[in-house]
Amino acid sequence: MLRIGKLPITIFAVLIIIFPWIADHISAIDHYPDIMVFAGIYCLIAMGLSLLMGYAGQISIGHAAFYGIGAYVSAILTVRYGLNPWTGMLAGMVVAAVVALLVGAPSLKLKGHYLAMATLAFGIIVYIIFNEETEWTGGPDGMSGIPGLSIFGFGFDSVEKYYYLVWGIVFIVFIFTINVIQSGTGRALRAIHSSEPAASAMGVDISRFKVIVFVYSAMLASLAGSLYAHYLNFINPSTFDLFFSIKLLIMIALGGMHSIWGAVIGSGLITFLSYEWLHYFGEFEVIVYGAILLLVTIFLPHGLVGVPGIVKGWLRR
Amino acid sequence: MVNHHPHFLFYGSGMEKITLASQLLQYLITGLTVGSIYAMVAVGFNIIYNVTEIINFAQGEFVMLGGLIMVFFHVTLGLPLILAFPATILLVTLAGVLLDRLAIRPIRQPSVLTLIIATIAASILIKGAAMFIWGKDPYDLPAFSGRNPINVLGAVIQPQYFWVIGFLIIIVIALSIFFDRTIIGKAMSACADNADAASLVGIDVKRMILLSFALSAGIGAVAGITVTPISLMEYDRGVMLAVKGFGAAILGGLGSFPGAILGGLIIGSIESFGAGLISSGYKDAFALIVLMVVLFFKPSGIFGDIEISRIKRF
Amino acid sequence: MDSVQKENILDVQKVAMVFGGLMALSNLNFQVKQGSIKAIIGPNGAGKTTLFNIITGSFPPTEGRVRFKGQSIEHLKAHQIADRGISRTFQTIELFDNMTVLENVMLGCHTRVRASFMASGFLLPQSRRKEKEIQDRAMKILKFIGLGDKFNDPADSLPLGEQKMLEIGRALASEPELICLDEPAAGLNETETHLASSLIKAINAKGVTVLLVEHDMKVVMNISDEIVVLNYGQKIAEGSPEDIRNNQRVVEAYLGSEA
Repeated sequence: MLRIGKLPITIFAVLIIIFPWIADHISAIDHYPDIMVFAGIYCLIAMGLSLLMGYAGQISIGHAAFYGIGAYVSAILTVRYGLNPWTGMLAGMVVAAVVALLVGAPSLKLKGHYLAMATLAFGIIVYIIFNEETEWTGGPDGMSGIPGLSIFGFGFDSVEKYYYLVWGIVFIVFIFTINVIQSGTGRALRAIHSSEPAASAMGVDISRFKVIVFVYSAMLASLAGSLYAHYLNFINPSTFDLFFSIKLLIMIALGGMHSIWGAVIGSGLITFLSYEWLHYFGEFEVIVYGAILLLVTIFLPHGLVGVPGIVKGWLRR
Repeated sequence: MVNHHPHFLFYGSGMEKITLASQLLQYLITGLTVGSIYAMVAVGFNIIYNVTEIINFAQGEFVMLGGLIMVFFHVTLGLPLILAFPATILLVTLAGVLLDRLAIRPIRQPSVLTLIIATIAASILIKGAAMFIWGKDPYDLPAFSGRNPINVLGAVIQPQYFWVIGFLIIIVIALSIFFDRTIIGKAMSACADNADAASLVGIDVKRMILLSFALSAGIGAVAGITVTPISLMEYDRGVMLAVKGFGAAILGGLGSFPGAILGGLIIGSIESFGAGLISSGYKDAFALIVLMVVLFFKPSGIFGDIEISRIKRF
Repeated sequence: MDSVQKENILDVQKVAMVFGGLMALSNLNFQVKQGSIKAIIGPNGAGKTTLFNIITGSFPPTEGRVRFKGQSIEHLKAHQIADRGISRTFQTIELFDNMTVLENVMLGCHTRVRASFMASGFLLPQSRRKEKEIQDRAMKILKFIGLGDKFNDPADSLPLGEQKMLEIGRALASEPELICLDEPAAGLNETETHLASSLIKAINAKGVTVLLVEHDMKVVMNISDEIVVLNYGQKIAEGSPEDIRNNQRVVEAYLGSEA
């Protein structure tokens, strides 16, 4: 899925734009735009992770930490210091970038399992900090009173307005990411993924690229976290736990890690599973997630975007 | 996921005046006990890792299952310790076998990434199943030899602590004999060294992998059974145990058994002293910080080979 | 004989390599004259690929120095050595199988032309311009090595001989001063071997110094200006193809290894 066509993107854009109007007219799904806000927020994180996992071939089991950093920096700066939310959002991304640099630079020299465990440990440490530093974060009870977003007096104060804000940002990031993938940087990433010795021999500074992608994915996660905070106006640490990091992994695995569409599809499906379709199972949705992850890993290693390829293979026989 | 059960049971419950020295001794013995659990988890990691180069993220779930299944046999069914203990180990070993059969073996194009994800998936499933069967409450087990605290130089120690440390010693001895003196054990070591050569001389590598999972599960079960009387057990304890156990394995040098023991005891002690002297809220963070420091500065650990960690064919 | 003293572009001094008790290379000394073709030969296990890996930066030697154009490079990482002007191919083909023929060569241009992450993301004119430049360079090289019309094929769809040519083409894209070819003729039939030899000579004619490891004696004797012979990690002979052909120690080394 290397040549990313303009047609699918346009179709997708159109669908996103008209969706709230459609949902408005069908009462069974009139709450879907709210769910779609979350789908968009998760999609932002997923796109960064997809670049990290699918293209740079690295694994992070701690990305909830960056999501949380964005949310908490935004919350703290706006609630405790009265800063402009947009400034707070930017600050969150900067903090996330710095943290990602500090954690990523040594971690990404590690291979495979070591990296997985380093990100896992990092994610849990940040989660513990959110819970323990009550004076800053409000501890397990969380922080409330987080203001909404507005620009030049226009407030994004309804579900529909926030929906368009989030998905507008998603599209900008989507295009940016595709541009990167289709550029020399994307080529270098694919080279790293294919053969590190050959990429090195051709002058690709592998560590540097891995760190750049890691930082990028952290900034996207932070942006998502800030958007989340300003939407719900309330955050607490339990949102940013290990299980969320694993959910992110499931999104990527389910959608397919080698394509940016995989991030979109995976995040969309898991969002609806979380908020809508798994309600019946209550707390046992955990089992469903585990099963999905296992089945996808065994039977669909390329995720759902790999399905057309599989079908083509069958038809050939 | 915050550790919400009463860890004062672990970290100093004496009501008399405690001198600093005996307080420190208390922390130390607690640390060695907790460390023994981490060491057992680390040993389990190493067994699987040595044969397959897989890190089993579900390792901690075996400990959890050990504790809860023992509760089932010993408390719910009322079986005596002598019967419940081996029955539990058998069942958890079965879980290990299932893990290999259902999650690892079916993967057609195993790569580091997919195997990591597979074991993560397995750990979620096991955790979910445990929540389904036992719910979210912590469960208790009667201590093997009662709860009369023993006074050691001013430190107040539960007798169960010695059971934990004792079982670690037993496991170490048993494994040494197994790997050095028995044919199967030597076959497993051969697989660890060179799987291709091993299969050429007729060793069934797949069976050795299965055996490594079974053995790891069994050891994990022992850890769970012996620690539950001290700190209870609930369905979601597995993750932290796995991460800390991995920290112990890495600290000691991945693949090294003496390393796993030493690493476990060190990490347990650091955690115990940290929780007692610095901050109990950050208790879990200490082991994690050690893990990250080791990974960043000396990934080969104490006994590991630098070449191994760098030229690893991951 | 050329009386002009050519510069040594590569200088290997007292290089030794120990792998956990095994001495793969010991006290290795030789130089490569700029603009020449030098071959490294020796029985299997003689340390040839280890030497290559040291020169191209996969790992540093346990002892010794490697100088490139007068500067020490033995402590540099592979990508830094590529930046200095040394390029390589691999014994087991390491093409990027997730890219097309053209993209493989385009990646080869990485050290010479590249756009930043931000510029690429925002699709700034400078990044578009650079991308075009990279594409043009890569096409030129493909035409030079004879793969011009397969530019859009997946790299792994090529037959073995063409894959080897492609790897060489990719190595050329960085405009190296020294190109290290690791068994360029391995696995090739006579026609393909002939093509490979011609290509190597053509590359050399353009001024690129060539260092190659090779088992095919015909190729070695045909194209090399000088030959170094390794056995058990040590240099046992060095000289022109004539000298080596008649060298008793070399003959013994090869016969001995067949026993």
